[in-house]
Amino acid sequence: MSGSATEQTMTTGQDTVAAAAASPGQPQPYAELGLTEPEYQRIRDLLGRRPTDAELALYSVMWSEHCSYKSSKVHLRQFGKTAQSPAMLAGIGANAGVVDVGDGWAVTFKIESHNHPSYVEPHQGAATGVGGIVRDILAMGARPVAVMDALRFGPADAPDTARVLPGVVSGISFYGNCLGLPNIGGELAFDPCYAGNPLVNALCVGVLRPGDLKEAIAEGPGNQVILLGSRTGPDGIGGASVLASATFGAEGGSAKRPSVQVGDPFLEKLLIECCLELYREDLVTGIQDLGAAGVACATTELAAAGTGGMRVRLDEVPLRDTSLGPPEILMSESQERMMAVVTPADVPRFLAVCAKWGVQATVIGEVTDGGRLEMTWHGETVVDIPPGTAADQGPVYQRPLARPASQDALAADGPARLARPGDGSGLRETLLRLLAAPGLADPTWVTEQYDRYVRGDTVLAMPEDGGLLRIDEESNRGVALATDGNGRYTLLDPYAGAQLALAEAYRNVAATGARPLAVTNCLNFGSPEDPGVMWQFAEAVRGLADGCLTLGVPVTGGNVSFYNQTGQTAIKPTPVIGVLGVHDDVRKRLSIGFGVDGAPLVLLGRTADEFGGSAWAQVVHGHVGGHPPRVDLAAEQALAAVLADAAAAGLLAAAHDLSDGGLAVALAESCLRGGLGARVSPAGDPFTFLFSESAARAVVAVRPGAETEFAALCAERGVPAETIGAVGGGQLAVDGCFEVPLGELAAAHQGTLPAIFGRAAAPAVTS
Amino acid sequence: MTTRIGVITFPGSLDDGEAQRAVRRAAGEPVALWHDEHDLRGVDAVILPGGFSYGDYLRCGAIARFSPVMAELATAAGAGLPVLGICNGFQILCEAHLLPGALTRNAGLHFVSRDLRLRVENAATPWTRGYTAGQEITIPLKSGEGAYAAGDGTLAALEAGGQVVVRYLANPNGSVNDIAGVTNEAGNVVGLMPHPEYATDELTGPGPDGLGFFASAVAALAEVAR
Repeated sequence: MSGSATEQTMTTGQDTVAAAAASPGQPQPYAELGLTEPEYQRIRDLLGRRPTDAELALYSVMWSEHCSYKSSKVHLRQFGKTAQSPAMLAGIGANAGVVDVGDGWAVTFKIESHNHPSYVEPHQGAATGVGGIVRDILAMGARPVAVMDALRFGPADAPDTARVLPGVVSGISFYGNCLGLPNIGGELAFDPCYAGNPLVNALCVGVLRPGDLKEAIAEGPGNQVILLGSRTGPDGIGGASVLASATFGAEGGSAKRPSVQVGDPFLEKLLIECCLELYREDLVTGIQDLGAAGVACATTELAAAGTGGMRVRLDEVPLRDTSLGPPEILMSESQERMMAVVTPADVPRFLAVCAKWGVQATVIGEVTDGGRLEMTWHGETVVDIPPGTAADQGPVYQRPLARPASQDALAADGPARLARPGDGSGLRETLLRLLAAPGLADPTWVTEQYDRYVRGDTVLAMPEDGGLLRIDEESNRGVALATDGNGRYTLLDPYAGAQLALAEAYRNVAATGARPLAVTNCLNFGSPEDPGVMWQFAEAVRGLADGCLTLGVPVTGGNVSFYNQTGQTAIKPTPVIGVLGVHDDVRKRLSIGFGVDGAPLVLLGRTADEFGGSAWAQVVHGHVGGHPPRVDLAAEQALAAVLADAAAAGLLAAAHDLSDGGLAVALAESCLRGGLGARVSPAGDPFTFLFSESAARAVVAVRPGAETEFAALCAERGVPAETIGAVGGGQLAVDGCFEVPLGELAAAHQGTLPAIFGRAAAPAVTS
Repeated sequence: MTTRIGVITFPGSLDDGEAQRAVRRAAGEPVALWHDEHDLRGVDAVILPGGFSYGDYLRCGAIARFSPVMAELATAAGAGLPVLGICNGFQILCEAHLLPGALTRNAGLHFVSRDLRLRVENAATPWTRGYTAGQEITIPLKSGEGAYAAGDGTLAALEAGGQVVVRYLANPNGSVNDIAGVTNEAGNVVGLMPHPEYATDELTGPGPDGLGFFASAVAALAEVAR
């Protein structure tokens, strides 16, 4: 190796540390790489010289908004106060949060955005979004066991949605199905604000024994650093081609390539099984997945968290494109890669396990105690930095924030002026219209493309309120998951909107019979450089932190996605909140389906005239204004306790949370799911009764005979409970208002997406 | 003596664990087999599970058919060993010419995951003898390349010879003659696209209708052993 180094030195033409020290005045393309002048100056100050090309590339990706959280960090600190739960084994800062769920099991889960790649190239963008979050979970030492996707698109009938939505769904289907991870839920929403900026948020959950938790640290001088998985190619390095063209001229041969990564789910499946076997054999002292910022991120974070130093031979990184140089290798976001730290004695066994699974593994360096991250390229030093300066000491901004002047007008323009249906036939028509609206319609066109069965532990999946997985076949312990977000509510009041998203996910988990335990979040916002957006962000984070503290559910981690905007127009602020709950006995799960004839229907919670930001206002009037529904977290807690207790005691035959479209939409969904109708009598104003979106509510079908016990439970917890009717018959009937046969409900609910996106199934072929 | 049923794991197999669980639930003993070994470990029957062997690259099952274990499997199947291929396993058996026909892209070109009604047409194979001919069962389908295709002559022979094992009541993928599963002429090798291993109870599947495939084999082999 060293023998050829001299020759190589003559030909590599790479910018070295020595060259950088000797040419302080050389102009560098920091602005093209997204660094500001002060940030560039700070790098020079930290190093005491100008950075090399490779160092500049490394800092530019590590100090990007995506990796450094430089605009959000000062706000996200508030989540720290929520993380007091003794169940938490790892939290913010780890690849994913880990919570103890009892019986000797722990669960790790996280949600992450892949919005921008999914707009540029929907299929691969969404596919690699799944791949990335799965590796985060794998890096914690867990077996990934399920995924969910929260999707938001422009208007369903917009021409570009016909490109983006089917591509995103096929990407998730292609990658997740091939990995063997059941897709157990998520969201599907449409709003014009997402037309040029869809939201593709992917969640993964994994299971492990608490003692098997892995950390992303490079400890122990002399321990070997191994890169395993895919070879490195020019994926996702738009920035580096800027560098190449600015610095290296055309001879580098770096053609302009799409900046979206391409996924290989088969390799990821092998990588999962390989890593799990490496963990079982105890051959790993530290491990990190390679996601954004690739090798740059993995090496700096591993080194900064461990003994402090690392020596890396970049020319040992296996390449798919041999024209790549150090800057490109550092920035590449090639998928399906992990970096492990292994004791020298274990290296042969480590490599043998990788060979068994057909996973390429290469020793590229070792841990040192020098406190420096040094990287060489054919013997020449091209990086020599204190790793913490890139990983932990990036810039932190207190961005200016200002409540937008338009906020008052938005609040003042309430839904009171909107025309309401005046009679039974108007109410009936409103229900059918809501059920057929793309964001409320049956999402089977999407969800049928996902494998929900694989692994054999899926107890509940869409269209249920939450996904529910069995994690222990002996004890029947399980975990429930739901994600929720509402851009309309959050636009009207970011603080309340974030709490309403949290409350809905919390309620959805409870509606399966589980007890909510922990939170993850994906905060989708516009540009942090817009003070109005920054105000929305600050308010939403404050609301979420306060809400989690009140509900006693810690934020275990999450992801911030800024710059979700088209030109100067930001999306509606859309925090998507994932809640995880524990189910003591999944056999006692609650479905939304009305399947027990004659079961009394009880409406839980208080209903008020609340239509600001409602589905009705949007679908019928195209209106968003006023105030979102009132938040009452104490009521949410009491409701969740009633649902979990009642499920455990076997008092309920079905439960469905009330949210978009209110009671009427929930009743219709439960009737269609279970195949039985229902008859209800409105209390008070029928329109408010049917369509209000007051929070902290659910409708339940009580098991016949359990009415008294259930009423006592509700009274004990202080949850208002009103018997409104019963399950039965072949129609949804609202006394004094209307009746709709189930067939008509089904036609309205199930026809929308196939009519827009095409029928998946074709007629039979006969010879 | 417990019936030992091997489940082959190929790189990219996904439903191997669930096939083993179904064997256990049918009171059989699952035996894990690795694709890279020329060894069937003396099992009484073999299941090729679902998944995406080799990522479905090239063609579903086209690479897995060359796995070392397939040589032993072909010999044993020729000698009458009961073999069941589910989904990707069915595709591998067709690629290996242990079953007639081929599986092609679904007619709608989308992956379809759905609980389906099937009719058992042939209740004489070792995998279906626990059912009665004409019995209707519900088990899930989850595949993107599940449209069964065969030439006219092959199809006529399949129909005439009673080699169609299960048929869709509502065709989800454009399979010719609504065929969901077939057997070879000898009747010991069966392949089907739907997943009986995911229909063994009401907690995680649509019900217990799929258990019969595994229970049939366990019972058939126990009889042979006596």
